[in-house]
Amino acid sequence: MRSYGSQAAADLRRAARDPVLLAVLLLVTGSLIVFVLYPLFSVGAASLDVGGGKLGLRVYREVAQSAYLRKAFFNSLMMSTLTAVIGTFIGFVFAFAVTRARVPLARFFNTIAVIPIVSPPFIGALAIIMLFGNNGLITWNLLRIQNFPIYGFNGLLLAQVVTFFPVAYLTLKGVLESMNPILEDAAMDLGGTRWKVFRKVTLPLAFPGIAGSVLLLFVETLADFGNPLILAGSKFPVLSVQAYLQIVGMYDLPKGAAISVLLLVPSLLAFYLQRWLVSRRRYTTVTGKPQQSTTQIVSPGARIALLVFCLIISLLVALIYFSIVVGAFAKVWGFDHRPTLEHFKFVFGVGFKAVRDTLIIAGSATPFAGLLGMIIAYLVMRVRFPGRRFVESVSMLSFAVPGTVIGIGYILAFNHKPLVLTGTLAILLLNFIFRYIPVGIESGKAILSSIDPSIEEAAVNLGADSRKTFGKITLPMILPAFFSGLVFAFVRGMTAVSAAIFLVSSRWNLMTVHIMAQVESGNLGAAAAYSLLLVLIVAMAIALIRLVLKAQYGKFGGSMLHF
Amino acid sequence: MSVRLIGITKEFQDPEREGGKLLAVRDFNLEIGEGEFVTLLGPSGCGKTTTLRMVAGFEMPTSGEVWIGGRNVSNDPPNKRDTSMVFQSYAIFPHMSVEQNVGFGLELKGRPREEINREVKQIMEVMGIAELAHRRPDQLSGGQQQRVALARAIVNKPSVLLFDEPLSNLDAKLREQMRLEIRRIQQSFRITSVYVTHDQAEAMTVSDRIVVMNRGRMMQVGTPFEIYSRPANRFVADFIGRVNLLPVRVERLAEENNLVRGEDGSTFQAVSAAPGVREGGQALLMVRPESLSVSGAEGDAASDTGKLVFARGVIDKTVYLGATVEYEIDAGLGKPLLAVSHDPVDAGFWRTGDRVTLRYSPRAAHLLPVDSD
Repeated sequence: MRSYGSQAAADLRRAARDPVLLAVLLLVTGSLIVFVLYPLFSVGAASLDVGGGKLGLRVYREVAQSAYLRKAFFNSLMMSTLTAVIGTFIGFVFAFAVTRARVPLARFFNTIAVIPIVSPPFIGALAIIMLFGNNGLITWNLLRIQNFPIYGFNGLLLAQVVTFFPVAYLTLKGVLESMNPILEDAAMDLGGTRWKVFRKVTLPLAFPGIAGSVLLLFVETLADFGNPLILAGSKFPVLSVQAYLQIVGMYDLPKGAAISVLLLVPSLLAFYLQRWLVSRRRYTTVTGKPQQSTTQIVSPGARIALLVFCLIISLLVALIYFSIVVGAFAKVWGFDHRPTLEHFKFVFGVGFKAVRDTLIIAGSATPFAGLLGMIIAYLVMRVRFPGRRFVESVSMLSFAVPGTVIGIGYILAFNHKPLVLTGTLAILLLNFIFRYIPVGIESGKAILSSIDPSIEEAAVNLGADSRKTFGKITLPMILPAFFSGLVFAFVRGMTAVSAAIFLVSSRWNLMTVHIMAQVESGNLGAAAAYSLLLVLIVAMAIALIRLVLKAQYGKFGGSMLHF
Repeated sequence: MSVRLIGITKEFQDPEREGGKLLAVRDFNLEIGEGEFVTLLGPSGCGKTTTLRMVAGFEMPTSGEVWIGGRNVSNDPPNKRDTSMVFQSYAIFPHMSVEQNVGFGLELKGRPREEINREVKQIMEVMGIAELAHRRPDQLSGGQQQRVALARAIVNKPSVLLFDEPLSNLDAKLREQMRLEIRRIQQSFRITSVYVTHDQAEAMTVSDRIVVMNRGRMMQVGTPFEIYSRPANRFVADFIGRVNLLPVRVERLAEENNLVRGEDGSTFQAVSAAPGVREGGQALLMVRPESLSVSGAEGDAASDTGKLVFARGVIDKTVYLGATVEYEIDAGLGKPLLAVSHDPVDAGFWRTGDRVTLRYSPRAAHLLPVDSD
């Protein structure tokens, strides 16, 4: 009798009939092991290293005995939970106002909520310091308060909520859009009041989405590094920054690794809980076309309240970008606001190497990440091979693993033989490629699942091998997913900081790391100028890809991007 | 070219089943002659599509061999087998024009441009889609897509043409038209063809021979006449068309002159008997509804000369369909008997409650073994 083992053998035999496919399979599986799993394994191993080649829990005991690190653990969890709940609330109100209540300015609110997603993740922190810091526009210039306590809990919470509520908005917008308004109509038709319908129909239907969004924000906030590095201060330690300081400040690799593990475990738990929730969310999706609601679920009073709420949040976001723009052109922020191009002279002069490096690194990692994402989506959805589930779950891991952990993993794994990469361009490229494939994979899988597999079978049947089938049939069909993957990889590559900060060197540096350094040395103008340039480059890249898609697919092409 | 399937078995892993596997096809043997059109017919899940996909190379048999034109291709991948398939969903490449779709196979073979253009143009003319050459697939109707799929398969002049329920997405009228078209094309190119369907009328129209399958097993191979009029067992008789079955005891088994006795003691004659029917044993007497003629209780109809009485009973239900009338007759046998009258104006029209006599010709009576499935 045959067993699962022989099924795997049969699958392998079948794959071996196509040497190109076999080579790609081995290459993909091998590189996922080396560049995703091996660094994580190195972190775990380093945290258990008690010296003399022995393993033990000594480092963890030290971490547990340190009141300061215990506080960091508690702070991280509390901050992530708060941000997740508040951010999801704001995101839900935004999404509800835009999709259901049809408030005026809906398009404007949509834009406001999307801008932070394409910005460097610490731009909120930078702007908050410019607005509420020691020389803050509001606290000092307007209110004349000295040493306003913006560092620590208050400032960080504000920065993280502003940074992450857009993620909740995008998630919940999708959930609310896929919900059939006819259900609400039916509930009202049965005699429910508006509030009752909202509570008994809309909210329960959206609940899995809301819970998923809370978990997603929890994972992202826990992993956030830029905002706390700028804003947390020493009185409010959080894990991601402490892991960084242990390694960069005290050269204590084992302790940094142990803190990373403490950061990794809750992230993974929340991530897999979120995936599980999403996978069993069946009843919110509609069949057929979205239908227009005929009744109004929102009363006029409630619509005004929603409008005011969205306006206030939008004002805050606008204020952040306003202060970045003004700061980039102001002589000395807080004291001398006369316009100047001094900061840009710095950025395009002495500091231009970082701009060039960033463009080279993000620009060359992007096509690889995009293509690899499509290849993995194709393999996972269309090819039977032993280890398919393994490839799928490992390639999605970087969604869950905080950048700090991956960064530490890379310096631990690639600082010694057999693979020495520290300080090279390669280590940054590899890190970017393997961290930024998941969005491409996800959208590739989504498109492939809606395409009949017999289309590819037809190509094989007509004599195409796997390489030709992928190149001539699959890739052209999933082109929109490919572009989504490209945009994501490029945006994240340009704005990456948490893992990259461990991997930069004097030879290869990044704009984001430079911005952090300028903030730390109090040079807010230069930081703002760098940030502005970064946002402009990203916006231009997205506009360019949209243009290409429009030329390719007509006027609906632009909407193929999920941004 | 000829196709040979030797001892094919296919297992799928299925954790939800006892034993963790599903036997999709079991010990399947079939020889298809050069230029022959063979249809695999059976209910869904009977293994017909799996068998077809093993000929194409999309599935590998767990054991057994696939031979095409005297060559063992069991280990060849689909792109190395000289087969062309017409898919149920047509599988037209959505990002290519009709012309590019049809020429894709020749292009992969590296044929020169002029030759590809010439061949593509010619086949599109044969298929009546020449004017669609520059259309995109989403601008085609179902019937047009079907023709493009067929043209794309035939233009490669494959050794074997494979059809996976190609007409199931078309409306009834187009389906009838396309099955004649498929038969015409196959005849004019004489390409060996294997066709999968669950529609018996489709199978009867296109095939030289039909293979009836059930639960992974071959139930019978034969010409459409053999399958319909001389089924090998109860499953085939039931699956192809409607049938009256009477439990009987075999009194005499002789060449073309079999005698059986029903449970009420009446005797019947039947010209044919399926293998497995034994003298002195139990059997099922099969008469198709259209072979039972309905007449008045006294049996006065002149047209029924030469026919024997099958049963007497009362009309239970009448369904008037215009061209035919269908009757259900209660003859005290537990299950009602079915009879179809083809010329109701001439043969008379019976109403519920009428007492009637049913007659049959021994040439239309066939014996089946009792326990066969």
